[in-house]
Amino acid sequence: MSTVHMKINGMPVEIEAGKNILAAAKKVNVNIPTLCYHPDLPAWAACGLCVVKQENSPKLLRACAAPVQENMSIITHDAELYQIRKTVIEMIMSTHPNTCLTCARNGSCELQRFAAEFGVREQPYEVRLVDLPQDRSTTSIVLDPTKCIKCGRCVQVCQEMQGVYALEFIGRGDKTVMSPAAGLPLNDSPCIKCGQCSAHCPVGAIFEKDETRDLVRAISDPDKHVVVQIAPAVRVAVGEAFNLPAGTITTGKIYAALRRLGVDKVFDTNFSADLTIMEEGTELVKRLTTGEGAIPQITSCCPAWTDYMEKYYSDMIPNFSTAKSPMMMQGAVTKTYYAQNAKIDPAKIYSVAIMPCTAKKFEISRDENMYASGYADVDLVLTTREFARLIKASGIDFTKLEDEKADSPIGAYAGAGTIFGNTGGVMEAAIRTAYNLMTGEELKDVNIEAVRGMEGVRSGVVDVKGTKLRVAIAHGMANVSTLLDEIREARDAGKEPPYHFIEVMACRGGCVAGGGQPYATTDEVRAQRIAGLYTDDERSTVRCSHQNPEIQQIYKDFFGAPLSEKSHHLLHTTYTERKIYKK
Amino acid sequence: MSAMKEKITFSKGLVAFIEKWKEKPGNLIMVLHKVQEELGYVSREAADKVAEMLDIPLATIYGVLSFYHFFKITKPGEHNIQVCLGTACYLKGGEMLVDELTNLLGIEVGAVTADGKFSLEGVRCVGCCGLAPVMTVGGEVFGKVTKDQLPGIIAKFK
Repeated sequence: MSTVHMKINGMPVEIEAGKNILAAAKKVNVNIPTLCYHPDLPAWAACGLCVVKQENSPKLLRACAAPVQENMSIITHDAELYQIRKTVIEMIMSTHPNTCLTCARNGSCELQRFAAEFGVREQPYEVRLVDLPQDRSTTSIVLDPTKCIKCGRCVQVCQEMQGVYALEFIGRGDKTVMSPAAGLPLNDSPCIKCGQCSAHCPVGAIFEKDETRDLVRAISDPDKHVVVQIAPAVRVAVGEAFNLPAGTITTGKIYAALRRLGVDKVFDTNFSADLTIMEEGTELVKRLTTGEGAIPQITSCCPAWTDYMEKYYSDMIPNFSTAKSPMMMQGAVTKTYYAQNAKIDPAKIYSVAIMPCTAKKFEISRDENMYASGYADVDLVLTTREFARLIKASGIDFTKLEDEKADSPIGAYAGAGTIFGNTGGVMEAAIRTAYNLMTGEELKDVNIEAVRGMEGVRSGVVDVKGTKLRVAIAHGMANVSTLLDEIREARDAGKEPPYHFIEVMACRGGCVAGGGQPYATTDEVRAQRIAGLYTDDERSTVRCSHQNPEIQQIYKDFFGAPLSEKSHHLLHTTYTERKIYKK
Repeated sequence: MSAMKEKITFSKGLVAFIEKWKEKPGNLIMVLHKVQEELGYVSREAADKVAEMLDIPLATIYGVLSFYHFFKITKPGEHNIQVCLGTACYLKGGEMLVDELTNLLGIEVGAVTADGKFSLEGVRCVGCCGLAPVMTVGGEVFGKVTKDQLPGIIAKFK
């Protein structure tokens, strides 16, 4: 690794070659403001806020896009740069409506923050607003072109990180809009509802469909029995909204907060993550030992991934695990097993899921299999961001809450269930149980380091008492094609499949960095949230799904065995080839 | 790549052109030019076909189509009226001609009349500034146009 020596505001900095000036400034604790730049994405110098001066040069450089050079001397802040940046902000504001109070990003908007920090007190330029309607066509996210500052993050995320190409710069100059092709609404485009655009948008131009009011209404309805599940990734992220460090495990506080909100029962999606492992693990072992069903088996927990596969790789439907996602399994057992146990009419149960994900809002009505209980298995999905707002609006002092426990009989979880929220976690959980299913023995060390990590595509071999299980993992939707093309090629050539089992998560890092998680997610934050989940796993008394006593109970009392007729009816689904463009 | 309701058939010449350019970088604009040259505009069906043939996302194609004024995504009228709004024509009243044509034809710039006869667009410089303000109908050029001449010019093409 070669390094570069340079100066930031006279302070010497040694930094890895190829880094940008922003990174160099950060090394000496100087923050240069940025608006279009995001560390997840390639820099492309659209907004001009990060301009800096180079000594002995008349040119201004964009700190996001300019690489560091030997002997470079950079001035990041002076009176002139202050004025330039303020002008940039004022000019962006001249095309941005002054509706902060009713904006989805009120309090978390990056433009609002800079307007405040730079003390903008008047609008010196003629205001020219875009007059276009909101796109509310999907069940997950809303596009509001009037708020767009044309930074392009959403388009870059959609194309480069996710490989979806639903959004594009349409038009030119001040008429440019971030929109699907051919004037189509988002719902008719290839959009997979992952919501990464909403997680990266610096302003209120793309945001999750807020449905917090629906939960409040259900709670106040005496005829409704409100039951809530929380996803693995929520517990290590929601704390950020209350100034706790990323990765802080707040499971017990979330349970407590839900009870204070007035819900009737608090369950945990982690229970059904364990249930998923029982079904999906058994399915994998069956495919491997009987030769029935396609190899590799591919995970299907992620609704954005499922949607992507049905559109772009429908020839791989036979490879998909038929197991539903943990959220949908939890919904199905809530309105059947739990309802029977508690002697409650399932028609009166209102089933709610708190999720890190915007695609989960779409998943609950994606097809008729999502109504396996005879009712909507899940009635409402709130993202982590919506949930945090609701806690605040309800006057709950979240950080001071005493930890509480989840309710039985579908609330207990093994460590395996909690790591479903990060890349490699579903794989690790599955291996822990598949080992038992294949050998009748327990793994001595349940920490399977071979499948952990942050590389976009990773593969490895797991030794199951002599049987070599070839596994691969992809996260960040754009990374998946490398793996799938490899499998396709082997299949079409009649060769042995390169892998037995594949885990896919649409978002980089997995659900911990889902499109519905708290803002300002970077790789640093991802790593902290992932560490939180592994800690939660390590602290669990039971680490493997098949050892979870409530899982053993549900099979004894209700399902009989994995892949039984009843579990097929409630816990499994089918997939359909879908058009990339509906219209 | 993308599924569509109706498939369009490209002429042999067009298909050969696209095949020739298929692997070359920067081929998209070339191909779209050729498509418009043959069909008069780039319809949704044509864009779908190009996406499939070049294995390029439809969004990328619309990004290019919507960036360049040259490309048309709606079928132009039988007679396409172009009013020059380049500097010279603009100063000589080009915009006034647009306003009057909008009145006479009952359509906005970029639209086509209900009978499909006329479409109206504003263009930047047709290369004969000495005749400003200039407009063209089909291929025919009209120079030093005044507002009063417009009904007569339109009548000629009815």
